[in-house]
Amino acid sequence: MEKWENNKAWFLVSPVIVIVAFSAILPLMTVVNYSVQDIFGPGNRVFVGTEWFKEILTSPRLHSALWRQFIFSGLVLLIEIPLGVLIALMMPKKGWGVSASLVMLALPLLIPWNVIGTIWVIFTRPDIGLLGATVNGLGIAFDHTASPTDAWITIVLMEVWHWTPLVALLAYAGLRAIPEAYYQAAKIDGASAWSTFRYIQLPKMRGVLTIAVLLRFMDSFMIYAEPFVLTGGGPGDSTTFLSIYLVKVALGQFDLGPAAAFSLVYFLIVLLFCWLFYQALQNVGRGEKT
Amino acid sequence: MSLEWMAWTPVTAGFFIGLGLVLTGMTIWEVVAPNVERRGLLPITTSRGDRLFIGILGSGYIFIAWTGLTDWKMWFVLPVCLVFILLSMRYA
Repeated sequence: MEKWENNKAWFLVSPVIVIVAFSAILPLMTVVNYSVQDIFGPGNRVFVGTEWFKEILTSPRLHSALWRQFIFSGLVLLIEIPLGVLIALMMPKKGWGVSASLVMLALPLLIPWNVIGTIWVIFTRPDIGLLGATVNGLGIAFDHTASPTDAWITIVLMEVWHWTPLVALLAYAGLRAIPEAYYQAAKIDGASAWSTFRYIQLPKMRGVLTIAVLLRFMDSFMIYAEPFVLTGGGPGDSTTFLSIYLVKVALGQFDLGPAAAFSLVYFLIVLLFCWLFYQALQNVGRGEKT
Repeated sequence: MSLEWMAWTPVTAGFFIGLGLVLTGMTIWEVVAPNVERRGLLPITTSRGDRLFIGILGSGYIFIAWTGLTDWKMWFVLPVCLVFILLSMRYA
């Protein structure tokens, strides 16, 4: 009976396997094929071996984009995770305030990514933008189109505004799942707010926070639309992250071979982090079971 | 159906056929002798599939390091990767 049920499960997931094959596996195979050839056009290509890999792996522009990407993802995590937890701790636990704050928090998550970029382009404009004009009005020169530092500040702010709500919602769900008995025990023991947080809330949120770190790292590591709309990778190359650089190579220069090689290296980096985070999640799961 | 759009080459076709054979072999192995998770050199419990994944992913990184850091012939990386996969399967 069990054997039959397992086989039936395979039958039921087969449509997904077919869809994934056409939407992911075949394109990935094509990328591998492109990465070892110089593509001049349909039917016009030359085998070049590992030349494109050599070219992109020794490219200073790629190294810079990679470092920029790690710094950006690190910064985003350092801000979003504590801020999300703080917001979750401050959210109301009952009454109409719960629904109101959940809706407010969900709003940035519902906006399409390219629209987020456009909102922040207008918001930070030094002449008419609410933020840009206010900061300049205070006597602080701020222009994300001219200064790399301002561009970075704007992108990090935009990312934090866009995605901290997700961390807050996850942390809030984790907090709500803690049984009231834990708080009562802490109260009887005379635990301070910090002790309650450190020894009850934080350990109990470990699972959801690991998921939050995983989601936010992967998402920020593959970020494209928002910074592309906001800065286009500039000024200069100062906000050219990996995906923006990849699109510049693939579509801007139409160098399909190097772009394919770059995509595979990018894919390997993402795959490694996915696996590491997956292992971390598994460990959390095992820890919670015991 | 023409596969010209996929721009196949004998080398990449060989790579994917090899990968397909490995996955088929692993499936048959699993049916014949079901896997038992164990702990090796890594601080995690791994299944047979996990160890193969670690081996293949590690080989990808060996290839990147070989290409990016050295001027050595590419053919030599193949036995290095195979040895790494075998070591991963045995000890990871």
